[in-house]
Amino acid sequence: MTAENIHHPEPSYLEYRGKYKGLLGWLTTTDHKRIGLMYMYAMMVFFIVGVILGELMRLELFRPGQQFYGPQVYNGLFTLHGIIMIFTVVIPGLAAVFGNFAMPIMIGAKDVAFPRLNLFSWYLFILGAAIALSSQFMGDGPPDTGWTFYAPYSVTTHTNVIAAVLGAFVLGFSSILTGLNFIVTIHRLRAPGMTFFKMPLFPWAVYATAWIQVLATPIVGITLLMIIAERTLRIGFFDPNLGGDPVLYQHLFWIYSHPAVYIMILPAMGVVTEIIPTFSQRRVFGYKAIALSSMAIAFVGYFVWAHHMFTSGMSSTARWIFSLLTFLVAVPSAIKVFNWVTTMYKGSIDVKPPFLYSLGFIFLFMIGGLTGLSLGSLATNIHVHDTAYVVAHFHYIVFGGVGFAFFAALHYWYPKMYGRMYNFKLANIAFVFLFAGFNLLYFPQFIIGLMGMPRRYFDYLPQFTFGMQLSFYGGILLAIGLVLMLYNLFQKNGAKAPANPWGGSTLEWTIPSPPPVENFDVMPEMGPDEEPYDYK
Amino acid sequence: MGASNFVEGVDLAFKVIFGIGIFFLVGITTVMIFFVIRYRKSKHPKAEQIHDNNVLEVTWTLIPLILALLMFYYGYVAFSPMRNAPKDAYEITVIGKMWVWAFEYPGGKQSPDLVVPLNKPVKCNLVSYDVIHSLYIPAFRIKEDVVPGKNNFLWFIPEQLGEYDILCSVYCGLRHSFMEAKVKVVPEAEFNTWLAALPSNSGEPEGLTILKRNACTGCHSLDGSKIVSTSFKGLYGKEEKVITNGTERTVLVDDAYIKTSVYDPNKDVVVGYQKGIMKTYNGIIKEDELPKIIDYLKSLK
Repeated sequence: MTAENIHHPEPSYLEYRGKYKGLLGWLTTTDHKRIGLMYMYAMMVFFIVGVILGELMRLELFRPGQQFYGPQVYNGLFTLHGIIMIFTVVIPGLAAVFGNFAMPIMIGAKDVAFPRLNLFSWYLFILGAAIALSSQFMGDGPPDTGWTFYAPYSVTTHTNVIAAVLGAFVLGFSSILTGLNFIVTIHRLRAPGMTFFKMPLFPWAVYATAWIQVLATPIVGITLLMIIAERTLRIGFFDPNLGGDPVLYQHLFWIYSHPAVYIMILPAMGVVTEIIPTFSQRRVFGYKAIALSSMAIAFVGYFVWAHHMFTSGMSSTARWIFSLLTFLVAVPSAIKVFNWVTTMYKGSIDVKPPFLYSLGFIFLFMIGGLTGLSLGSLATNIHVHDTAYVVAHFHYIVFGGVGFAFFAALHYWYPKMYGRMYNFKLANIAFVFLFAGFNLLYFPQFIIGLMGMPRRYFDYLPQFTFGMQLSFYGGILLAIGLVLMLYNLFQKNGAKAPANPWGGSTLEWTIPSPPPVENFDVMPEMGPDEEPYDYK
Repeated sequence: MGASNFVEGVDLAFKVIFGIGIFFLVGITTVMIFFVIRYRKSKHPKAEQIHDNNVLEVTWTLIPLILALLMFYYGYVAFSPMRNAPKDAYEITVIGKMWVWAFEYPGGKQSPDLVVPLNKPVKCNLVSYDVIHSLYIPAFRIKEDVVPGKNNFLWFIPEQLGEYDILCSVYCGLRHSFMEAKVKVVPEAEFNTWLAALPSNSGEPEGLTILKRNACTGCHSLDGSKIVSTSFKGLYGKEEKVITNGTERTVLVDDAYIKTSVYDPNKDVVVGYQKGIMKTYNGIIKEDELPKIIDYLKSLK
């Protein structure tokens, strides 16, 4: 690959002045890098709100009985926490931020295939989030259904469910359009000579994710419209009083929402697959196995949704089939973990913050994945279904997995994004707080779940108090870690970042930090003998 | 021996799955940390470029696959009997209502707790008239959703005397976390005595039976205290400030108002209480039951 792009006369994408300057310049930009950052800033705000809601719940749960507020407030809090975190933070997640910022550069493109559509997706994202949040302030009170909107409760409660559901619907469109854009970009805009199997693995993960976004998201759109039709026009889909079937809702909801978990985690796996070779200075082990396992997860992930419904009264046959399929989807995840660890073998390992956060990711993701096995198995699922055990498992995957991978990606591409380094020592200290706080917060939830503590409980039996209090202290450590990490990254006064601060082998490290507007001066090419992750 | 016939199988499946899980977690983490220390840059400045190895890839695809099938198997064998209730099981109807459990025995007798005879198979038929609940007995390792319009069931054989918690595990609204009851496992003779003594309508006024059966008393107390909504005590004949279509007015609590409150509860909502929590009881509480309720409310001075 050519490295002649370093000395560049064009201004960086951060300084570039088009038709408008300042904030308006950003809001009208079609630059994939700026749009990636705009997703990140919006998500950061939502994330902080979601964290505060979560901490408020931990505060109330410090002791059994009512402490600071009543059950209606609590039910509203966990609903809003779920809606914000799922629909506006982790579903757009790494795909929207780093899929936008890094993926086009990594495949040697100047931008995504449809830059204006890309900006439109961002506006849909903001619009959907605004509609969802408006449910808090308008109508008959904040929704209290949980982020799953289970019928018939969601059909009968008088709280403002429709706004929240409509918001999720609009957010879905944003996701579909982003997915479409990425699929076309990866098919059409790869650098000459870069065949699919010479593409770096983060773009592979984004590609698998994009297919899920395009194919699965419309189903939740239809489902949410059916809820709105049922509530306003009294058409009976899900409410048995109107002749509907509540379990049908659960099927439709999880046909999307389970693949959505893979929308969250696949790009996270992709990022880690980039970071490990870079800091081991070694070609990635099992390139094809990792690439194809992403596609396998995306494919098999469609057929496991009903493991969310093992207690819903489905037939025994449906239950064992979905249990078997669920176990199959565990295999490609295991393959990835083995390949990551083997990539470190005989490498030259430099434990910089992005690598440290990736190690944290692997450990937490393993706990999340391995505890998922007892949720996929029928007999054990029946006991821990809808308990704090599920809460713990889910947060290990989505926060321990997606969250830590996001932090890893942020520390990895930060120098490329802003052209500045950050304080490594502070990043490592923040990691220690985040890692310790995270485990202290969520691990006790496994234990009390096994003891029989149901989820979404405002009040609980006295035997769960100790676990709840550990979780509370964990929540405090985690919050300190977040503050330290964000403080460090918001400084932006570190040393000027070189083009390739980590010795990475992918294309984004061949151009200046921050990149120029059109990324490449000389369009990169890959020769027939070149391979990805070729460390000489 | 566990508290029910399912405990052993479920706990064995947990042990197998956790055993495999802990083995991989500890194993992989140890190897990972070992690599990071052994191949750190200062000791190992030049990385070796090692090429892919298909034998290795196939091995670590097949081993997890086999283990996955093994874990599936343990889960399946322990689960399978949960769906096959013996024909001679003692049948109890479990009614989940926002936010109270009721256990109906043969002959229509209802109890707030689930009392069952030791070592006899018991089948619970699960009924809901409002939203989805889930009957969860952690000590027995069983749970099944109570879905309106569906005839779900669960069954078990209680194998140890004692009292165990019953919880609702599917979120069902405001007082979800207060929807608790107890299972009481007693010797068969004691069970028979208890059942015989369980009053068919407990000698209580018919109106009260109707109120309890419909879980009205889950939100409306009988002693003047506030649970979720207004107390029934002294309610009849009282003047209440209500909100009708957004405007406040005063109404007398009489037969007509009670009828409206039962069948169209969100029409006149008493000031200070939230709209929408109560659903209509149209078709659930019959018109000829209303006078009995009213008679009872009149007696609650």
